[in-house]
Amino acid sequence: MKLLATIQKDVRILLRDKMGLLLMFAMPVLLVVIVTSIQSSTFDVVGKNKIELLVCNKDSGRLSKEFIHALDTSGIFKILYINQTSNEKNIADEMHAKDIVIGVVINSSFTQQIEIKAKSNAGKALTSFGLEGDTVTENIINSNYLDLYYNPIIQQSLKLSIQGALNSTIQIIQSKETLKDLYFSINEKSLPDSLQQQLFTNNTNIKEIPLSNNNEKVILNATQHNVPAWTIFAMFFVVMSLGSSIVREKNSGSFVRLKTLPTNYFIALLSKQIVYLKVTFLQAFLIFIIGIYLFPFIGLPTLHLPHDILGLIIVTLICGWCAVSYAMCVGIFANTQEQANAFGAVSIVILSIIGGLMVPSFIMPASFKSIMSISPLHWCLQAYYGLFLEGGSLKDVSTNILSLLTITIVLQAIALLELKRKKFI
Amino acid sequence: MKAPAIKIEHLDFHYKDQTQLFNDLNLNIEQGERFGLFGPNGAGKTTLMSLMTGLFSFTSGNIQLLGNSIKTKNKSVNKLFGFVPQDFSFYEELTPKENLQFFGAWSGLNKKEIEKRSAELFDILSLNVVKNKPVHKFSGGMKRKVNLAIGVIHQPQLLFLDEPTVGVDVQTRHEIINYLKQLNANGTTLIYTSHQLSEAEELCNKIALIDNGKIIAFNTLDNLLAKHKQNSLEDLFIHLTGRRFDIE
Repeated sequence: MKLLATIQKDVRILLRDKMGLLLMFAMPVLLVVIVTSIQSSTFDVVGKNKIELLVCNKDSGRLSKEFIHALDTSGIFKILYINQTSNEKNIADEMHAKDIVIGVVINSSFTQQIEIKAKSNAGKALTSFGLEGDTVTENIINSNYLDLYYNPIIQQSLKLSIQGALNSTIQIIQSKETLKDLYFSINEKSLPDSLQQQLFTNNTNIKEIPLSNNNEKVILNATQHNVPAWTIFAMFFVVMSLGSSIVREKNSGSFVRLKTLPTNYFIALLSKQIVYLKVTFLQAFLIFIIGIYLFPFIGLPTLHLPHDILGLIIVTLICGWCAVSYAMCVGIFANTQEQANAFGAVSIVILSIIGGLMVPSFIMPASFKSIMSISPLHWCLQAYYGLFLEGGSLKDVSTNILSLLTITIVLQAIALLELKRKKFI
Repeated sequence: MKAPAIKIEHLDFHYKDQTQLFNDLNLNIEQGERFGLFGPNGAGKTTLMSLMTGLFSFTSGNIQLLGNSIKTKNKSVNKLFGFVPQDFSFYEELTPKENLQFFGAWSGLNKKEIEKRSAELFDILSLNVVKNKPVHKFSGGMKRKVNLAIGVIHQPQLLFLDEPTVGVDVQTRHEIINYLKQLNANGTTLIYTSHQLSEAEELCNKIALIDNGKIIAFNTLDNLLAKHKQNSLEDLFIHLTGRRFDIE
């Protein structure tokens, strides 16, 4: 009866706190939608979307045209042209005006240099075979094939990928020329088109196998990554409401009365845990529903729930309980609402960073990898990823759940000891 | 023989890092009395009330409520008394009805008892019209009534009242005092503290004056006035403490 009445009281107060509800439900939903949209377009930069490449071709030879054609058909770039007489300033202005991050100038000696290089390579190859080859001096023209312009805002990894793609395209053209020269030197006729096609068709077969705990096809996209991560973030953000609620009650006149009544304050805390556990569960439910039904309408990939729904429910409840325990601890230790809010918000952001929610754990320095195990958000994320991305079941994420339960029990013990010290229970 | 409502024996208490406030304090309040505790600011009235209600722990000595020692920290002792603190001690987001539902349950009543008592209290304290409105919209007087209703929902044998009428208009004060007299007539012992000395004269039949942690006078009001040849509680107070009493 006492617990039921307390739960009823807490639910009523919660439902009348419109701002708190907004913070706990609307904000996380907004966050999930925005972050997934941004991440989705980032996924698409290396997936569906092509990178705009500004090309200034100062070379009139055939190989620069072949080079541009190869880039165009690579599927990576969308080629945009600028007049061949453009100078560095014109290129920079054009890149700024059209928000292009990468520009390339094909120097006037591009074709000539590749031809010389190819002839030189062919000559060296023939000589090494014991045949008579042409001797070509390579340093006739000493300039770069290309000049690469880039906006400093682009990530180093993206810049290196683009450079790799450009180098590889040049290499292919150069190899083709070398082969043609070799063939001509040996056979005194041109390399047949059929053979050329056969030799240079990309037949490298790489089979991609995402790690999976069952034989189901694993779906990897921004939604599958972001929805679980930001659901956890939302759950832990109940610290703003629950932490404040505990501090408010502690500092209010009603707490004085509660202490004089024949009921232990533990009941009040138990009630708050039950109510906020329901809140975290509803948050997860709402975000998952939005991922499944709303995301396709706004052009985002649909969320696919794991096959082990019972496992998902159990993991969600344990994550929620851990989030509630953390919030309870913050509320019990804080003396003012300002303290609870500031510490709660900042600590959750820090724990989510070291927990791998904001920066993937695999790119973290080794020193951070040991720290991340103290973040409950890390274990929540690993458990969710085990279900959502690796197609695992509850059994597969049992190690994560065990760690999470250990942290939760420690948090509960700390909270109870502090309550005992303050003579609240 | 009935146990005293409150029996304080050899009570010692001091705040952390402060000098002793109570040193060997003794006090006996019989059941059925309307007892008033008065004194200047900082004399120890609220501290003594906090000790009697178990909000503070004391260093040594003993306090018994209706024959039960509160030192055992047994929560069952808390069933025996009600407390009406000076600050509004309820949830402003809730309605009077919802507040009574919650505090009634915490006082050990079942759903039926809460409903019955709530209905009685809404009638007596004229809260029927506002019983379903959130308390934060209420005037000070209305809030005082809600504060009182919560303190008496479980019909305690002993009721502690810390400034129960502060900041209310004359009509509401009259209404509250009449209700307290009615409660006392039905057997509830009242332990009351206030700065409203005229109100105290009207309500209390036994008085203690406390100053610097010591009880300097303890008797019925009439006996005290006769003994010290004073006309009113205020005059008696100035006579005994040598200070003008703070009247709000």
